[in-house]
Amino acid sequence: MMRFMLLFSRQGKLRLQKWYLAMSDKERKKMVRELMQVVLARKPKMCSFLEWRDLKVVYKRYASLYFCCAIEGQDNELITLELIHRYVELLDKYFGSVCELDIIFNFEKAYFILDEFLMGGDVQDTSKKSVLKAIEQADLLQEDGKERNVQ
Amino acid sequence: MSDIVEKTLTALPGLFLQHQAAGGSGVPRVSVSSRLGSLIRSITALTSKHEEEKLIQQELASLKATVAAPNTTLRLMKECMVRLIYCEMLGYESSFGYIHAIKLAQQGNLLEKRVGYLAVSLFLHENHELLLLLVNTVVKDLQSTNLVEVCMALTIVSQIFPREMIPAVLPLIEDKLQHSKEIIRRKAVQALYKFHLIAPNQVQHIHVKFRKALCDRDVGVMAASLHIYLRMIKENPSAYKDLTGSFVTILKQVVGGKLPVDFNYHSVPAPWLQIQLLRILGLLGKDDPRTSELTYDVLDESLRRAELSHNITYAILFECVHTIYTIYPKPELLEKAARCIGKFVLSPKINLKYLGLKALTYVIQQDPNLALQHQMTIIECLDHPDPIIKRETLELLYRITNAQNVSVIVQKMLEYLQQSKEEYIIISLVGKIAELAEKYAPGNEWFIQTMNAVFSVGGDVMHPDIPNNFLRLLAEGFDDENEDKQLRLYAVQSYLSLLEIENALYPQRFLQVMSWVLGEYSYLLDKGTPEIIITKLYRLLINKSTTSETKAWIMAAVTKLTSQTHSSKTVEKLIQEFSVSLDTCMRQHAFELKHLQENVELMKSLLPVDKSCEDLVVDASLSFLDGFVAEGLDQGAAPYKPHHQRQEEKLSQGKVLNFEPYGLSFSSTMSSSGCTGRQSPAGISLSSDVSGNSAETGQKETNSLKLEGVKKLWGKEGYLPKKENKAGSSPELQPIAQDSTLVENVDQMIMKKDQSQALHHSEEEAEKQRLASTLFVGLGSESAVSLLGKTDTVSHKFRRKSKINDTKNREVTSTHNINCSSFSPLSNAPYEDNDHLNSFQDKEDIGLKKCSLGSEFLESGLKSESLTELHLVENFSACSLSPPSLFEDNSMEIFHPPHPTLSSFANEISLTSSLLEELNEHVHSDLVELCNNEMLKVSSCKIWKDDCLLLVWLIVNKSSLELKNMNLEITSTENFKILEHPGFCFPVIEAESTKSIQHHVQMEKLFTEEDLSGCVKYKVEEDPYIQLEFSITLSLLDFIRPMKICTEDFGKLWLSFANDVKQNIKISDSQANLPFALKTLQQKLRLHIVDIIGNEGILACHLLPSVPCLLHLRAHEGMAALWFRSSCSTLPDYLLYQCQKVMEES
Repeated sequence: MMRFMLLFSRQGKLRLQKWYLAMSDKERKKMVRELMQVVLARKPKMCSFLEWRDLKVVYKRYASLYFCCAIEGQDNELITLELIHRYVELLDKYFGSVCELDIIFNFEKAYFILDEFLMGGDVQDTSKKSVLKAIEQADLLQEDGKERNVQ
Repeated sequence: MSDIVEKTLTALPGLFLQHQAAGGSGVPRVSVSSRLGSLIRSITALTSKHEEEKLIQQELASLKATVAAPNTTLRLMKECMVRLIYCEMLGYESSFGYIHAIKLAQQGNLLEKRVGYLAVSLFLHENHELLLLLVNTVVKDLQSTNLVEVCMALTIVSQIFPREMIPAVLPLIEDKLQHSKEIIRRKAVQALYKFHLIAPNQVQHIHVKFRKALCDRDVGVMAASLHIYLRMIKENPSAYKDLTGSFVTILKQVVGGKLPVDFNYHSVPAPWLQIQLLRILGLLGKDDPRTSELTYDVLDESLRRAELSHNITYAILFECVHTIYTIYPKPELLEKAARCIGKFVLSPKINLKYLGLKALTYVIQQDPNLALQHQMTIIECLDHPDPIIKRETLELLYRITNAQNVSVIVQKMLEYLQQSKEEYIIISLVGKIAELAEKYAPGNEWFIQTMNAVFSVGGDVMHPDIPNNFLRLLAEGFDDENEDKQLRLYAVQSYLSLLEIENALYPQRFLQVMSWVLGEYSYLLDKGTPEIIITKLYRLLINKSTTSETKAWIMAAVTKLTSQTHSSKTVEKLIQEFSVSLDTCMRQHAFELKHLQENVELMKSLLPVDKSCEDLVVDASLSFLDGFVAEGLDQGAAPYKPHHQRQEEKLSQGKVLNFEPYGLSFSSTMSSSGCTGRQSPAGISLSSDVSGNSAETGQKETNSLKLEGVKKLWGKEGYLPKKENKAGSSPELQPIAQDSTLVENVDQMIMKKDQSQALHHSEEEAEKQRLASTLFVGLGSESAVSLLGKTDTVSHKFRRKSKINDTKNREVTSTHNINCSSFSPLSNAPYEDNDHLNSFQDKEDIGLKKCSLGSEFLESGLKSESLTELHLVENFSACSLSPPSLFEDNSMEIFHPPHPTLSSFANEISLTSSLLEELNEHVHSDLVELCNNEMLKVSSCKIWKDDCLLLVWLIVNKSSLELKNMNLEITSTENFKILEHPGFCFPVIEAESTKSIQHHVQMEKLFTEEDLSGCVKYKVEEDPYIQLEFSITLSLLDFIRPMKICTEDFGKLWLSFANDVKQNIKISDSQANLPFALKTLQQKLRLHIVDIIGNEGILACHLLPSVPCLLHLRAHEGMAALWFRSSCSTLPDYLLYQCQKVMEES
């Protein structure tokens, strides 16, 4: 099970955070700060996996944005790496060649897509088409809902 | 930074357009973007953290005003929420908005609701109190006809939901499992998975439905159900073996490309699904040849199909290898897997190399040859620039360490340690080095030096066990006396030379170790007089960076050394200096030292040389002061009361008036001495010197009783303070001392490396070869198999002597002696109900003798409070079998039992009666029904045997069908220990028959009342398992047995117990006479009355298996003063509670 997912920029600005295990606010902040430091200090050619505290951390950099997942001991690192990639693909498809700015300004959309893709820290739907279909459906139905409310 | 800003500016117009195109809902989006956008832009433009903080605080203030305003529209609220989320992400708290997020989720239209739910899931955590307010909204949305609303509700449920509110939504979500839309079914399954994680017993009844989900026609739903299965199988693999075939079939279909193309990821079919299935198969096949047999084919196919083209196939391969090595081995597959690992290890891609090392680490114990194959790669990885790779390599080497390669591997580890700064890594690595050094050390010097390095690097972050174990090892020694001496001597010499260095800073823990060793073993030095060492220690003592804890250790060492010297100026100086120290602890030590020094004989006997492992006999109850205390009391001093009693009295005095006269002068008469100071109530009849002796012997007994583990080492040294993690002891890591002498071996290693780097490339290769030969020595193929076992047994060079075991044995025998005194006869201890029973039997001998169960039922029928109505009915009908005419009418009036046939009862009765006859000599409880359905009934009975609590379970098959694979399993908890295997299996229970199972239960952790729960599972023909759960309440009293001892023994024991609890409780008039009160205790708590003297009584009992507890009771003017003593620190409190309860009840 994934414990948390962080998106942060090369400058160490947090762009998105999703926690799948209850944790105190203070502890979260401390972990984010520490992990960012560790990941940002790594050189480009280094391994994408870390053993950090009692967790395994998998990270990947896309342009100026780091995607970083913490998983548990039994989980598969490589598939987590591909999970990050699949998420980026989804974002890309939704926003149309996504850049960091899309995520900065529309982070709630990024959250919605993530929620459709992962649920409670586990992969919910691995089919790209059906994730996007669900999101689009929600977007469309929102229109209906609004009209209904107006009426 | 600048490129981002630039990009922002150029991209913005495009962004807005694009959003309109993508999302569709144009108008609100722009306003959202513009407000949020301007916030983001202005933050990006700022240069300092301070400015950002100011801006955000402003923003939050305005947001707070907006959300609180009554005329804020929901649309505006939604936009505010987005900004709040942003502020939280930057690390600013905005708790004022949480309640509004919930409101938005409740009231908004779909668009707003979605943001509301998102905000809730980001703001709140699982235990947040506001979450309760969300439950209603979720319930409403789950019932909505709008799919999107249902989806949102299911999503939020799977993210955060208060555990105690699960029942409110559970039926709704269960319904969704039958929903026509697969997306809803899938999300429902995942929501249930979440429930399974946080409250497994709440979803236990829907396990059948999970199976349906597994067979769902939609792949997504099936995949979702695998999460649950993975979890459940991890917890209990044996229960799902029958599903192996299905999982294998699914995996075959997936691998064979039978799924829709949608699920392909980079043209690999459903990799997530594959990995999930592989993990499940691994869990199922572990240690199970038969199940593994089923999986071999599909694993082989998976390996074959995964063509190496993309990361994703490597991910599958990695999982495959993992599974192959987890399940019952098959040589062919292992060979293929090993080849696969090779591909990882040899890959130029660093991620794959890392995983290759990981896989090697995992399989190395099964197959050490694999390490040999890849030794050159491993050597290369040892010097890899990425520390993560290095660390994984060390982990691998740690697994293959043996006596021959230990020094090289430990050197490599120490090297890594020097570069590492992360605390987690240091702690784990230091622990590993210490373990290896202890196991495989090739020689004394090497061992001491390695441990020196461990202590100086690991410093104060390492696990406290490391120094403790090290000291114990040193103190207890090995089989060879000479060897021990040399090791100790070498340690002393090495520490002395370390202390020689000017300005060297060592971690506090290291200093403590040094001072202990120097204090204990410096007598082994020929030339050095204690004076020199004392001077060195003194220098440490006055060092400012030494913490007070360490100072206490040093002081203890100085004290020991002083006893070996005649007179020392340094000691004089030290005493003088610290007698006026502000640190009270140090001052006390100084005074003690001063007084001891004046009496050399006493000092020598108190601090004998090299006796750290022998027991010093101490009279902990200070009985030699009894005379002094009595004298003091005679002169009118107030009796000593322990802290908690004083506290209690202070509290009770606040509430009620004190009617007893103040300042009552106690005379040392028999009657009052019972409540004085620490004088023993049993000492009444004993002369004082006898009590002194008895105390000593008694103390010895407790000493051996309490001995366990490391504490022992320090316990004997009266002067050494207890180790504790003081907050004050400097937590920061001491920089690694650069002094070459400290870690000579490491420096040598580095030098060697430097040299080798300077040399020619080919020589580097040669060096690697050499390193390889040193590293992988002992891993040769011919010795490979036996090696792991052999090294473990042979080369445990520094294995601890089994002194502890000796003492344990002694302990056992001593406690056994206490036990040997037989317990009171049955009549002493029964519950009142049993008296009841007896009288019944006396009255009616009409056929009741034939089945004692009948009378059991009669009695339990009378005691209807503990029984369910149904049970009552059955009982009566059962009774009607054996005709006690009195109750026949009753049974006619009350309804007939629902299903069961009478014959099964006859069965049950006969079985029970035989069982009970068998155990007739023991006191037992009534047969209580625990659970029941139309097929079977489980009842249980407690039998209070002298040496244990025996639980008897009766399983009655009421139906006319055979029950198959009946399993009875007791859930293990920390509170109980079940002496047998906690599960039990009957292959078949015939129709209308009864089986019984017995378990011996022991108490592990003290409690007043705890439930022991378990379940029975069975099959009827080929239907799935049916499960019935039950629980039975066990109380402390079930584990208390009378301890029959004489007054004299009582006295001895009393003095030897250090834990006591006193309490005054009110007693009613009826209990005013002491014998009656004692009788109550005897009957209800099963205490043994040892003696009654005037208005005082002494009682004894023990907690199974053998924890004694003594009670002294004095009745006085409507009050009873209870005074417990025991060798267990918590038992008196629990017993006190029970006493209070029964005294109040009666």
